[in-house]
Amino acid sequence: MRSRSLFGRRALDLAVKAASTLAALIALFGLGWILVEILTRGMAALNWAFFTELPTPPGMPGGGLGNAVLGTAIMTMLATVLGVPIGLLAGIFLSEFGKDSKAATAVRFLSNVLMGTPSIIIGVFVYTVLVLPRGMFSGYAGAVALAVIMLPVVTRTTEDMLSLVPNALRESALALGAPRWRVTMGVVFRSARDGLITGALLAIARVSGETAPLLFTALNSPYWPESLGRPMPNLTVTIFNYAMSPFADWKAMAWGASLVIIAGVLVLAVFSRLLFKPKQT
Amino acid sequence: MGDVIFRWVTGLCAAVIIVIMAGMVIQLTVNSWLSLRQFGLGFFTSQSWNPVRQEFGAASSMYGTLISAVIAMVLAFPLGLITALFLVELAPPLLGRIVGAAVELLAAVPSIIYGMWGMFVFAPFMANHVQPALQGALGSLPLFTGPPMGIGMLTAGIILALMILPFITAVSRDVFGMVPAVVKESGYGMGATTWEVTRKVTLRYGIRGIIGAGFLGLGRAIGETMAITFVIGNNHQISASLLAAGNSIASTMANEFAEASEPLYLSALIELGLVLFVLTIAVQAIAHLWLQRLKKQMGGGL
Repeated sequence: MRSRSLFGRRALDLAVKAASTLAALIALFGLGWILVEILTRGMAALNWAFFTELPTPPGMPGGGLGNAVLGTAIMTMLATVLGVPIGLLAGIFLSEFGKDSKAATAVRFLSNVLMGTPSIIIGVFVYTVLVLPRGMFSGYAGAVALAVIMLPVVTRTTEDMLSLVPNALRESALALGAPRWRVTMGVVFRSARDGLITGALLAIARVSGETAPLLFTALNSPYWPESLGRPMPNLTVTIFNYAMSPFADWKAMAWGASLVIIAGVLVLAVFSRLLFKPKQT
Repeated sequence: MGDVIFRWVTGLCAAVIIVIMAGMVIQLTVNSWLSLRQFGLGFFTSQSWNPVRQEFGAASSMYGTLISAVIAMVLAFPLGLITALFLVELAPPLLGRIVGAAVELLAAVPSIIYGMWGMFVFAPFMANHVQPALQGALGSLPLFTGPPMGIGMLTAGIILALMILPFITAVSRDVFGMVPAVVKESGYGMGATTWEVTRKVTLRYGIRGIIGAGFLGLGRAIGETMAITFVIGNNHQISASLLAAGNSIASTMANEFAEASEPLYLSALIELGLVLFVLTIAVQAIAHLWLQRLKKQMGGGL
């Protein structure tokens, strides 16, 4: 090893420390900058009408995005109802039955790949299955696309959380004569409950801000959502359309919608973190 | 009896994931067949994207995806690494927790929010301050020619970097935390400085895990859609300048899907999706196999 003066080593150490502090500051500054802009520009557009009224044509004052708020809520809920139970059960299979079998290894690998698949691809996939044959965009296609995005997230967190439950707990319940399904649902599930809820909340937070998949499935609509079989209004595609439009009042609405989305996502993220604190290792 | 049903039900739910993945490969291939047959390998080399003349080539989109991802990785990888260093080695515990939580929140911000901020706040900032300064200093290079419009490849790359930064930071932090304290302490005991211990002990120990994380970050960067679509400029031309408007695979799909009324146009867009799908699978498969091998060698913990 090359020998260097103590001064040189100390100076280099100090420089790296300064650089790493600076890097952390950049990350903080980036988050702060984004939040402040969204908050100040978004607040200007938010009022009661924003949540209760239909959008107006450009240039007409008033109006809101009540239909889009409702549509996003409907599709996110539907996606949760579809995605979370299937994900939970698939996670149970991996941790309780599959273990190290070939099938479980394949499912584990594929769910990792699905988790990393760009959401726009999932949108195109659902488009070719549910939209193209019918020739119409629909709310349920949007919900299915969001559910597909949630599925691997819920599956993997479920498996991770269930594997944290000590085996002694399973064995003692089985020794009492309980069947496997009751052991899993009544004992293993209950002791992993907080972690499972956290996983579901994070999955919901992740999909509620998704835009690209909805562009291909639910599209958007200026009316109140009436049927799941028709194009469904939603906040994120509205942001995209309005931001790209040349109208100042539509752009202002897009900022308002951004604030609503980010507030929802961050509340979910913070809430789930408070609910479940991972043990420090 | 109940147990047999329970086992089958959970197994079926797990099989749904396999069905979805298989369905995705089949559907994307079938629906891009028209374009696959029409353009063949020329799809990858042609820069021409002309809906009127029904000519479609993916070269400029693929180039844009590659370049924006490279810019993002070059910026985010070192930045994420030293941010993690700050969190683990330097920051007092309370500050470390606060900064750590902020980085995690940064990861939760949806991509369309980055797009809004990028287009209306960051792009004008680039146009008025950063790009003129870059041109003043390095304007003779072909990389920084052309009018400073704010939008373009460089802006897209920087926003992408900000988006994958939390991911790289989080994984690096976990890897740094994995190094046994005894090993680090013996380094300090020899009189090494913090940076020397980090470079020679911590990084040596965890570098392969961090590289695996880098690949996962890359996989995210190439598939990112909305943030890029807002700021990249949507221009089907390859330009040497990083300030010029370009496009990426995902941004082309998001921007032009609504206009694609002819079957061949739609088919070409879906083929773009197929290309992106194959790219992300390849990058991720490499990352996962790498990490899995690593896990076996090190006996778990990652």
